[in-house]
Amino acid sequence: MDRVLPAPTPETRHFWDGCKAGELRLQRCADCAESYFPPRPFCPVCGSRQVEVYRASGKARLYSYIINHRPRPDMGAAPHAIAVVELAEGPRMMTNIVGCPQTPEALVLDMPLEVTFQDHGEIALPVFQPVNG
Amino acid sequence: MRPKTVAVVGAAETTRLGRIPDMSAIGLHADAALNALADCGLTPSDIDGVATAGESPIEIARYLGITPTWADSTSVGGCSFMLHVRHAAAAINEGLCSTVLITHGESGHSRIGARRGAPSPSSLQGQFEAPYGVTGPPTAFTIPALRYLKTHKLSVEDLAWVSVIQREWAAKNPRASMKDPITVADVLAAPMIAWPFTRLMCCLVTDGGGALVLTSAERARDFPRPPVYVLGTGESVETPWISQMLDFNYSTAFRVSGAKAFAEAGISHADVDHLMIYDAFAHLPLYGLEDLGFCEPGEAAGFIRERNTAPGGKLPLNTNGGGLSYMHSGMYGMYALQESVRQMRGLAPAQVPGAKISVCHGVGGMFAAAGTIIFSNEAP
Repeated sequence: MDRVLPAPTPETRHFWDGCKAGELRLQRCADCAESYFPPRPFCPVCGSRQVEVYRASGKARLYSYIINHRPRPDMGAAPHAIAVVELAEGPRMMTNIVGCPQTPEALVLDMPLEVTFQDHGEIALPVFQPVNG
Repeated sequence: MRPKTVAVVGAAETTRLGRIPDMSAIGLHADAALNALADCGLTPSDIDGVATAGESPIEIARYLGITPTWADSTSVGGCSFMLHVRHAAAAINEGLCSTVLITHGESGHSRIGARRGAPSPSSLQGQFEAPYGVTGPPTAFTIPALRYLKTHKLSVEDLAWVSVIQREWAAKNPRASMKDPITVADVLAAPMIAWPFTRLMCCLVTDGGGALVLTSAERARDFPRPPVYVLGTGESVETPWISQMLDFNYSTAFRVSGAKAFAEAGISHADVDHLMIYDAFAHLPLYGLEDLGFCEPGEAAGFIRERNTAPGGKLPLNTNGGGLSYMHSGMYGMYALQESVRQMRGLAPAQVPGAKISVCHGVGGMFAAAGTIIFSNEAP
């Protein structure tokens, strides 16, 4: 079964183009300096339209997760984590954790992570791996 | 709203609950609606306001033969019916209509005439959550729990206690789907769904429906059953994306909705005799007890384990058995409301003796929305 993939919109195109280029791109407000996610052409804190796209560090920590024991067919047969990570810049995003066993013992909350990109043709999905893992 | 200006005069669930393969979703709406109308001695022609979620109020009105002067299609998930009660109270007070029918029906298990669609891949959920393998509530609603447990130095056993104690309530309810006693060990040994959640920490998936009839408190005295007055109401919404919940340790929507309802009702927590907190998963009563102000952050698990919410405890919670053991069709809020009304009428299978005030708190989506209704059986 084909992997469920995003269809970028004009407001999110820069994010997915960034992933394809190996960059995690966030937006921040020029007026209040708040970084935010998911992408939109205004600041969700102060409402300003003066926002810019920038390359984020790709550093994150594991904020919370579950391990799905009944995976969706496109995700394979083995149990896998569906996680939310907190980026070093502040915003959180949903993702998968790669490069380590999908077990409670290996997936420890607050462990340091870094972004990597999974190639799915037109789309590259940002996923995270343990630092030094 | 102004307290006790509006009352529930009719309330009923579908004739059957559980597995109903011979009825469609809209058929369940209608069965519940006709039962609720019979409960208050009305017919569809007496109804001039219709609210529903899951189906369109247009479809429900035409199906039942109602020509309303007011309709509400608020659809924010399982707490939609709490919001319908709140909006209906405002509409009745404003004179937009006089007698409101709120319906719910869902073929959650049998999927007869059911609606469901995957999010569009260009929606924000389709772009930023679906690609990672989310399959619905069991794999998304559950994600905040590990963070909550770590923050408060709690364990998976604390989640299991929620299921164990709610099963004690279900054992008293002949209509509950699951009535056999369970232990913490049973809950932990159940099939793993989405670690740390086993099947017994997840709600049932069943078929059923329910309906309410509301009118002004002044008129309510003329109906066959004693009125159940709406004392206070609250609602809020937070985020459709679980990953963007403001903080995984609490629900902002719960806090806003609960505080509004308590302020409107003009009551304190000590006044509350009976409590319903929508429990799609075992962590929700923990969040609810804390975010509604019954417990300090991190103290709800101990409060439950010490049997404060169990039969004989000082704050009876989810006395029908809840979504974990009574029934859960998908949008459970209607069943929580039904149990609050039964308790206020003195007709619940596990009746709380002398209960005068019931708080009924619902969640919509996955921490996406909240609605809180406070009922009283004491006349204004």
